[in-house]
Amino acid sequence: MPRAVLPMVAVLALVLLPHPGQAATITTLKSPKLDVPTSDAMFPAGPGSDAINNSCLACHSADHVLNQPSLSREAWQEVVNKMITAYKAPIGADDAKAIVDYLVRTKGAS
Amino acid sequence: MQDHDVQPLHLTRRRMLGGMGIASLALMSSPASAQQTVDLHVPGGPSARIITTSYPQKGRMILQRSSPPWLETPFEVFDKGVFTPNDQHYVSWHWANFPGDIDVDGFRLTVRGQVNQTLSLSLKDILQGLPRFDIAAVNQCAGASRIYADPRVAGAQWANGSMSNAIWTGVRLKGVLDRAGVKPGAIQVRFGGLDEPVIPEAPKFLKSLTIDHARNGEVMIAFAMNGEQLPLLNGFPLRLVVPGWCGVYWIKMLNDIEVLDQPDTNYWTATGYRVPDTPHNTVKPGETGFKMVPVTRNAPRSFITNIRNGDSVPAGTPASARGIAFGGDCGVARVDLSIDGGKGWQPTQLGADQGTYGFRQWQTQFALPARGAHTLMVRCTNTKNEAQPDFRIWNPAGYLYNTIETTHVVAA
Repeated sequence: MPRAVLPMVAVLALVLLPHPGQAATITTLKSPKLDVPTSDAMFPAGPGSDAINNSCLACHSADHVLNQPSLSREAWQEVVNKMITAYKAPIGADDAKAIVDYLVRTKGAS
Repeated sequence: MQDHDVQPLHLTRRRMLGGMGIASLALMSSPASAQQTVDLHVPGGPSARIITTSYPQKGRMILQRSSPPWLETPFEVFDKGVFTPNDQHYVSWHWANFPGDIDVDGFRLTVRGQVNQTLSLSLKDILQGLPRFDIAAVNQCAGASRIYADPRVAGAQWANGSMSNAIWTGVRLKGVLDRAGVKPGAIQVRFGGLDEPVIPEAPKFLKSLTIDHARNGEVMIAFAMNGEQLPLLNGFPLRLVVPGWCGVYWIKMLNDIEVLDQPDTNYWTATGYRVPDTPHNTVKPGETGFKMVPVTRNAPRSFITNIRNGDSVPAGTPASARGIAFGGDCGVARVDLSIDGGKGWQPTQLGADQGTYGFRQWQTQFALPARGAHTLMVRCTNTKNEAQPDFRIWNPAGYLYNTIETTHVVAA
């Protein structure tokens, strides 16, 4: 990015003007000690809900899935495959099928 | 604590810091009817999202996912100025396993790999031992606005609020690499943070830049945004800032820098975050046979922030329109407004330039000629003369959407 050098001077000057002294003020950081909320919400009960609860909630909350659009069986199969192959979700073939069926039943689209 | 209370931000934050245990419970136990929601107006739904104030150091945010957190900036924030308040800067994590408790004295940033000298830098070394600089830059998720993909695609269902602008303060990555002494043959630099996958076999979240990009003098190891230390959820104590590039590169809780002499083969660099190698990264749904390439730079975007879809505007009299724009990986050259669905365009006045990579405000006056429905559109052209496209961008993973935005209004 050879364009960076000259414009940077101008950028810095403009940035600094409306906020004088900001860059100079922080010299130490304070240790945070914070709790980040989690969720224990489960998937709506129905065929396959045990499989999806047991297989998916270790890594992400249920709202991750519930906020997704309605998708085709092929698209849901692709999502579950990605969770298994890319993200190493330990899901056996039977559970994977039950999860895809659950997703198609609750959030399916033709 | 109730999520539906609309509190001034300072009150909300004090409450957060003091009562997180209670807040965590409230997030889960509030009945849906008691929760304030926002309607993202997406065809096919689901459109409703909870507005949460339950996350530490965060004010009102759109809850896209509880854990790992995906918190979206409510759109009205963008009408208030070009710099997003820290407590409403959007939040996105890939893995849930990251600390809420960080010891600033014990924290170390390691620089290793193809270097003459491995470094283990304390926060004091970084804040007090290296030259610092400021840069304004928009942090935008590669999947911003994915919820509006047509047809819909899986992934974080961000509306337009997975972008935020800040003045970042930190040290140059180049300076740190120079201190370690990069060996000849180095080709990439890989960055990792304190976040770990829940499942040990899963790929740790890592991203790499080319050695030339890493040493361009703009890439920053940031310790402050808008003059304050980083909120935990935005990457305290250090995060990488890659001006003009997608947020996925802006590694949070940065504690590991590895200089590589071989191409990075980790999942997130070599496989994830891919778009078609086509103009505007767009393809037809179902199309095949195109090459996939990594997401990299941001593309120009602009938004009307003071008029929302469905608003009523007086007919025949001047009205004000204003909003924000950013050029992507360069500055904003111009922002034009159309009041006739894109047939004619009128220039707008740009606000002060607060930094090449940041938001820039624009404003103008317009008059709708007659009563009835009208379509407003806003278009940014950046300093590389690249304008937002008027066709719908679509790709299989919903990345890098920057189609011209449309706002439907009624003149009355």
